[in-house]
Amino acid sequence: MAKITPELEKFRKEICKIAEDAGLDFFETIFELVNFDTLNQIASYGGFPVRYPHWRFGMQYEQLSKSYQYGLSKIYELVVNTDPCYAYLMEGNSVLDQKLVMAHVYGHCDFFKNNYWFSQTNRKMMDVLANHATRVRNYMDRHGVDEVEDFIDLCLSIENLIDPYVSYSNIDYNLPRDTKFTDADLKQKNDTSKGSELTLNLDPKEEIVIEDLKNPDRDVLKFLIENAPLQPWQQDVMAIIREESYYFTPQGMTKIMNEGWASYWHSKLMTEKILTDSEIICFADRHSSTMTMAPDGFNPYKIGIELFRDIEQRWDKGQHGQEWEDCDDLHAKENWNMDHKGNGREKIFEIRKTNNDVTFVDQFLTKEFCVKNKFFVYKFNKKTNAFEVDTSDFDAIKKKLVFQLTNSGQPIIKVEHNNYEGRGELMLKHFHEGVDMQPDHLTATLKNVQAIWKKPVHLVTVMDEKEIVYTHDGEEVKQNS
Amino acid sequence: MKEIKKIQRDHNRFKEIVRGRIKQEFKKYVTNGEMIGRTENEIVKIPVPSIELPRFKYGAKQEDGQGQGKGKPGDGKDGESQGPGQGAAGDQPGDHAIEVELTFEELAEILGEKLELPRIEPRGQKNIETESIKYSGRAPIGPEGLRHFKSSYIKALKRSIASGDYDPENPIVIPIKSDMRYKSFKKVTKPKSNAVVIYMMDVSGSMGDEQKEIVRLESFWINTWLKSNYKGLETRFIIHDAASKEVDEKTFFSTSESGGTLISSAYKLCKEIIDKDYPQDEWNIYPFHFSDGDNWSGEDTKLCLKLVEEFFLPKVNMFGYGQVESKYGSGQFSKDLEKHFGEDDRLIISKIESREKIVQSIKDFLGKGR
Repeated sequence: MAKITPELEKFRKEICKIAEDAGLDFFETIFELVNFDTLNQIASYGGFPVRYPHWRFGMQYEQLSKSYQYGLSKIYELVVNTDPCYAYLMEGNSVLDQKLVMAHVYGHCDFFKNNYWFSQTNRKMMDVLANHATRVRNYMDRHGVDEVEDFIDLCLSIENLIDPYVSYSNIDYNLPRDTKFTDADLKQKNDTSKGSELTLNLDPKEEIVIEDLKNPDRDVLKFLIENAPLQPWQQDVMAIIREESYYFTPQGMTKIMNEGWASYWHSKLMTEKILTDSEIICFADRHSSTMTMAPDGFNPYKIGIELFRDIEQRWDKGQHGQEWEDCDDLHAKENWNMDHKGNGREKIFEIRKTNNDVTFVDQFLTKEFCVKNKFFVYKFNKKTNAFEVDTSDFDAIKKKLVFQLTNSGQPIIKVEHNNYEGRGELMLKHFHEGVDMQPDHLTATLKNVQAIWKKPVHLVTVMDEKEIVYTHDGEEVKQNS
Repeated sequence: MKEIKKIQRDHNRFKEIVRGRIKQEFKKYVTNGEMIGRTENEIVKIPVPSIELPRFKYGAKQEDGQGQGKGKPGDGKDGESQGPGQGAAGDQPGDHAIEVELTFEELAEILGEKLELPRIEPRGQKNIETESIKYSGRAPIGPEGLRHFKSSYIKALKRSIASGDYDPENPIVIPIKSDMRYKSFKKVTKPKSNAVVIYMMDVSGSMGDEQKEIVRLESFWINTWLKSNYKGLETRFIIHDAASKEVDEKTFFSTSESGGTLISSAYKLCKEIIDKDYPQDEWNIYPFHFSDGDNWSGEDTKLCLKLVEEFFLPKVNMFGYGQVESKYGSGQFSKDLEKHFGEDDRLIISKIESREKIVQSIKDFLGKGR
């Protein structure tokens, strides 16, 4: 890793100034120049230099490296939500590319700092992740790599079972894991016989009378940390996974907005202020290839930037509010220009502060926008065994899109019952929204939850329009309708 | 900087896990030809299903999507696709199968471990020697192309210091002709461990595609194992029906003839090749013959037995005969071989009834450590 070259630093200062003048507000942003391999490594770690040891990062690295080697994809930009922000430029990219990335990155940094959904994220995450890595490595030294890794696998399999909305009231990171206890654990391990090790492993929770759960809990991880028969180190590992999961969640919730915002700004700043005449063609080429959307694809960059532009224009021309909604005259709508205040820019700044992808699309995706961009919904046709265009109906498109974005496109699962049938069995419930879960993943994940809970675990869901209870008792999965 | 290299540890861990999977399901890979087409120099690419952590997620087929384009209801969703452009660099790798690269050495190691194959002790190793040239010495004369700069410089420096010409303030060293040093070679003799595999296959009408596929898989694994046991491995291919000819590998596996079968024709050609190119005292020789066991006549079989007994067995490490079951084959030839040779170690007969038996058959062939 190296500081950027003096030439790039000159551009950086320029672009930073231009971005600030345009009203963007960001933490100090540090750019580093890295080669492709280092960039792939950092990207595999989710943008950070250190993570706890786990093969999954190695797999991501393998995939990124292969994909780069075969020329399938290459990472242009990588920016991390911290204060100061860190952003990585790849060595050997053209100066134009680097300028484009810098402009784009300042857009992201503004978003990180100002968007409400990021407000609870820890801006010192780099240190937190490094601490997590140390803790996990210590556990590995103490309990063995395989044992800790297997447990991490279990936790990662359910890392998405958190409540993304709780974070804005209160994410309780200080769950009942006693770090003093884990230190004592270490001492005991060092100087006592196996006997005390056994006592240590005794499960204190078995003695406690289980109180019935009052409200379904969406933060399944928190519930398990507090209630599953786990050893202290396991509680800590699960808490680590949970904390990291909460940190990364807002990025998934604001993909369209974040990329759209950054693209909007790179496009604006580059074309209006930064580009020299000779660079314009190359820029147009690069920009359009980033914005391409395959017909069946979904490019958050493209949808995001178009929506922001659409909103800006609508608010500039006053194409919103009751009067606009009520107007049926298409011709009038096309030439609508009621309001000359031109407060579109102000509006998009406001939107980037308060919205996430779901509310963004729900509020601002208009019928006109869908028609203009030729959106459609496709469906899997069982008869032809292929995906087919189903409809271009606006309501259907919007419904589909909002559904895909809700909970980052993952099923919502809550803890329904912690003492099912009075036997201390765990009952999870899938809040079915019309789409079934993938059965093989479902049973494999259920098995993992059972391995954590130790007693039988149930999951209520709907398959082919019938309610089914899956039960894993530690041996096998059973289905009851 | 050093911290970032931590990915190596995760990467290695991942590779270990993948290799573990390959080992676990090795038999499946042996009987599945998928990896054979993916060899590249010394590397085999093995498709392994992406190792996924299970999650509660929506089923793929049910998940509808939203797209963009000139679609009408009923059109395929790819409708008027202009093909995806370059696109933005994805930050989420897809969950496709991943390709794992293994060297032949590693593959052979797994093969050896799973099938408990003994290492091969090269036959008559001590007698088989080869001379080679190694540039390790220095000489005062030689062609300019082999001038060794460093030695020449040291020589010149020594001389200039000894003669008092050397000035540390102005360290100019001028070499003269006698300072020059050139690389020179030495002859070294090394035990040679080269091997040749000569594959013979019956391509008469009764050998179908499935039979050939089995032969292809067997030969791939035999090669892999022998390659890891010998420094150099050559392969030759002979096809035969009533007549025989030498072909390249591709032709070997893709030819179909309809004629009758004279096994002796292949054995004769194999003998010629060995006589011409592979003197016994320099080569480890492995003839393998695959057929469905039908031969034209008892006469011809006698001729074959004679060739095997008098020519092949004394010369080769082992002679492998693989009998691939086919609808039409009688399988008589293996019975004849068995009857005639009984328990001769140098002749290995293996019956391969189906793909599932390939693993056992490889073990038959290579399990003796010859």
